[in-house]
Amino acid sequence: MVVIGQTLKRVAQPSHFMQISGRWLPWISALAVGLLAVGVYFSLFASPADYQQGESVRIMYVHVPSAWMGLFVYALVAALGGIGLIGGHPLAFAAARAAAPIGAVFTALCLITGALWGKPMWGAWWVWDARLTSMLLLLFLYFGVIVLNDAFDTVRRGEKAAAVLALVGCINLPIIKFSVDWWNTLHQPSSVMKLGGPSIDGSMLVPLLLMALAFKLGFFALWLMRTRTLVLAAKTRAAQGRMDVSSVPILEDAQ
Amino acid sequence: MIGISALLRRDLRLALRDGIGPWTVLGFFVIAVAVFPLGIGPEPQLLARIAPGIIWAMALLSALLSFDSVFEADYRDGSLDLLLSGRTPPELLVLTKALAHWLTTGVPLVCLAPVLAVLLHLPAEAMVTLVMSLLLGTPILSLLGIVGAAISLGARHGTVLLAIMVLPLAAPVLIFGSGAVEMTMTGLASDASLLILGGVSLGAVVVCPIAAAAALRQAVE
Repeated sequence: MVVIGQTLKRVAQPSHFMQISGRWLPWISALAVGLLAVGVYFSLFASPADYQQGESVRIMYVHVPSAWMGLFVYALVAALGGIGLIGGHPLAFAAARAAAPIGAVFTALCLITGALWGKPMWGAWWVWDARLTSMLLLLFLYFGVIVLNDAFDTVRRGEKAAAVLALVGCINLPIIKFSVDWWNTLHQPSSVMKLGGPSIDGSMLVPLLLMALAFKLGFFALWLMRTRTLVLAAKTRAAQGRMDVSSVPILEDAQ
Repeated sequence: MIGISALLRRDLRLALRDGIGPWTVLGFFVIAVAVFPLGIGPEPQLLARIAPGIIWAMALLSALLSFDSVFEADYRDGSLDLLLSGRTPPELLVLTKALAHWLTTGVPLVCLAPVLAVLLHLPAEAMVTLVMSLLLGTPILSLLGIVGAAISLGARHGTVLLAIMVLPLAAPVLIFGSGAVEMTMTGLASDASLLILGGVSLGAVVVCPIAAAAALRQAVE
C-alpha cells in the first residue's frame, strides 16, 4: 500500500503526470479503438438475436456499458473531489473537472439508448420507474457539478464547490444500483453482476464485456486528454501573464 | 451553547423584522397552488386526486425560493467570517441556520398546507397524513437547501444553480411525501413512507451540516 501511495504521489505531480500520460495516451487510445471495433463486430454480427427481444437486444451492448460508465465516472468524480478537498491537490480537481462531462454524456447515452429500446419493448419511450428516474437524477447531478465548476470567479472555488456537490450526490449511487432490487419496477433486475454468477448466456456476455472494456478504455483516453488540456490551458494562461502564478495552483508541484 | 441560541434568536429576529422574506415565500406557495385549478379546471375529483403532488411540489419550489438569502447577507457584510472564526464548530452553526430557516419557512408552509388542501378538495382523512408528511419532510428540504446555499455562495446565477443542485437531491422527499398522502387516500397504511421520511430527516441532520460546513469553509477562504 505504501508503495502504491508513493507511486501515486509521484505520478500526481503535474510535470510527471504530463510526461507519463503523454507516453500512455496513444496506446490507450489505440487499444480503445481496436476493442471498440471488435466489440461492435461481436455486438452487431457475431452474437445471436434474443428469443424475446429479437434484434433490439443489440441496443443493450451500448446501453449497459453506458450505464456502468455513468455510475463509475460519477464515483470517480466524487472520489477525486474528496482527494482534492482533503489533500488539497490541484491535479485531483482538474481530473474531476475533466471527467464530469464525459460521465454526463455516458449517462445521457444510457437514457437515450434505453428510450430507443423501451419504445418497441415496453411500448413507451419513458416510464417513471425507480431505475430510470434515479438515472435521470444522476444526469441532473452531473449538470450541477459541471455548471458549478465554472460558476465562480476563481477556478479553485468552483472546483471545491463542485467537489462538495459530487460527494453529497453520491447518496444517489446506491439508490440507482439497488433500485431494481428494492422496488418492483419495470426495469429488469441485474443479470450480470449478481450472486451466483451471471444469468446471461456466454454468446451475449462476450460482446457485452468487450463493449464495457472498450467504453472504459475510451473513457480513460478521453479523460487523460481532457485533463492534459486543462493543465496546458492553465500553463498558457500563466505564460500569457493574465493571471499571477499563485492563482494557477495546478502548476505547482506539491512537495 | 450560548453562541448557538444567540445565533438562532438573531436569525429568527432578522427573518421576522425583515417582514418580507417569509411572507413572500408563503405568498408564492398560495399563488402557485392556486394556479393549478385555473390551468386544469375546477373538477373536484381530479383536483383531489392530484392535490398531494401539487402541494408537495409547490412546497418544495417555495422553499427553494428562500435559500439564496440564508448566507447572502452574512457573507456580504462579513459576519459570516466572524461566525466561522469563533469557537462554535461550523457544523453547529449551519445546523442552527437550518433550524432557523425551518422555523421561519418550513413551519409556516406546514400550517398553510391544510388550507390549500381544502381548496383542492383533499379528503379530510388524508389531512393528518399531509401535515405529518410535511412536518417530517420540510426539515430535509431546509437542510438540503442550506447545503445548496453554502455551495453556491458567491456564484454567478446562484439562484438557478441552487435549484439545479437541490431539486435532484430533494426528489426522494417529494416521492415519499406525496406518496404517503396518496396511500392514505387509497385506504392504505402510510406508516412506511412516513417512517422513511423521518429516517431521511434524521440522516440529513447528520450529513447535511458536515457538507454545508465544508462548503462554507471554501467560500470564506
